[in-house]
This record gives sequence, C-alpha cells and structure tokens, in this order.
Amino acid sequence: MLSCQQASQLISQSLDRHLSLRERISLRLHLAVCDFCRRFNQQLNQMLAVVRVQRQQIEHDEHIHLPDDVKQRIADAIDTGRR
Amino acid sequence: MATSPHDWLNEHGDYLYRFALARLRDPHQAEDVVQETLLAAIQNQSYEGKSAPRTWLTGILKHKIIDLMRKQIREQPTENLGEDISADLPDEPGMEEFFAEDGHWSDKPQSWAQPDGELEQKQFLLILQSCMDRLPAKLAALFTLRDIQEEDNEKICKDLAITSTNAWVMLYRARMGLRKCLEIHWMGR
Repeated sequence: MLSCQQASQLISQSLDRHLSLRERISLRLHLAVCDFCRRFNQQLNQMLAVVRVQRQQIEHDEHIHLPDDVKQRIADAIDTGRR
Repeated sequence: MATSPHDWLNEHGDYLYRFALARLRDPHQAEDVVQETLLAAIQNQSYEGKSAPRTWLTGILKHKIIDLMRKQIREQPTENLGEDISADLPDEPGMEEFFAEDGHWSDKPQSWAQPDGELEQKQFLLILQSCMDRLPAKLAALFTLRDIQEEDNEKICKDLAITSTNAWVMLYRARMGLRKCLEIHWMGR
C-alpha cells in the first residue's frame, strides 16, 4: 500500500511521465480509499488549469502592447545590430 | 511578405510580448526576451520563408525563454530550497512539513471553497500569482517551463542539463509549495 507521501509524488509525476502499470494500479487503489490524496489530486489539477487559462488569456489579450518606448529601444537595437 | 526586422517588430512585437508575458509574468523580463529574439533573428538570418515569420519568431522566443530559465537556475544562491537537486525521491528533504514519518499527511489538504463568480475567480488568480512570485527561483524556473510553457519534459532536462529525477523532484516541490500557499491564502482571505 502506498503512503500518502508516495501517492502525492506519483500524482505529480503522472503529469511528467507515463506511470508503470503497477504504479497506476497502486495509485488508483490508494485514491479509492484516501480522501486527502483525492483532494490533493483534484486541487493540483485545478491549480494547473487556472495557470494555463491565465496564460492563454494574456496571450490573446489585445489590450496588451509592447510599450512604445520599449518598441523604440528595440528598433534602435535592431539598427545598431545591423551596422 | 514582410521580412525586414523592423516589419517583424511592428507586426509581431505585440504578439511576441504577450507570448513572453504570459509565461514570465514580469514585464521587464518579457521586454528583454522580445528584444533578444529579434536581435537573434537578424543575426541568424535563418529565415527561409518555410514557415510564417510569426511562427519562426515564436520558436526563437521559446528558446530565449528557456535560456533565461537556465540562467535563473544557475544564478540562484545555493542555500535556498531546491538546492539539493540530486536528492533521491523517497526521503524528500524540505517536504517533512507536509508528511509525518509514517508517510501520512501531517498537514492535510483542506477542502477549498470553489471560487464563485468573476470577482472570486480574479481573487483566486491574484493569490495564485503572488504564490508563484514566492517560489524559489529554481523551482519557479522549472514550473514556468513545464507547467506554464508546457515544454516537453525530456527537452527541459536536456536544455537545463538536469536528470529527469531532478526535474520530477523540483516540479513536485514547486507544485506542493504552490498548492499549500494557495490553500493558506485562499482559505484565509
């Protein structure tokens, strides 16, 4: 039986690698009986979903512009860089 | 098709800036990587018209963001959290506060009130952002690449010259720390 600490590590790692069949089964068994790890799993996913939605919102926010003075600075750097 | 560097700046500068800001969240860092991207674009002269200029520039920008995160990892003073990146997974230093010796939660995840309505969602996001600002630089760098930029895990390890175990440990710490910080400040608001 996994400990909560091991379960939380597997939950996190499942976002970064494929868990083995054995790991998936032990994690599923643990989650079936552990309210706290289930909650942890759900909150972690919620948190990461919010992070990604926020990223997409900024990416598509047409009100956000490169400030004019920065644009000018970059334009100058382009001219200097080409010389 | 516009392919002069000034056209790139005028036509894609805002887009590249938003792209960088969405990942780095710091306006000055975002401005700097956009500038570096355009300068690198001139120097490489590798634009062959095979892809749209925006796609090509965005590819360069992604690399510049990785470079910046690599620098952030290297420059962090070593006494900080996440220093011991060679640590093995089973006995996680720095995670003792979350778990008792028998591996049970010592600090049990609390039930959260779901952010309800636009105002609360905004509040939730602001708390999350300030928690991200508090992450140790190394952990924040990994989190930015993996969980915000959604970069491939193997690519991250290769580019940052760390093992996958190191990456998993650091991402675990970042996520554990963020979740806890969010819980404390969201529940305690």
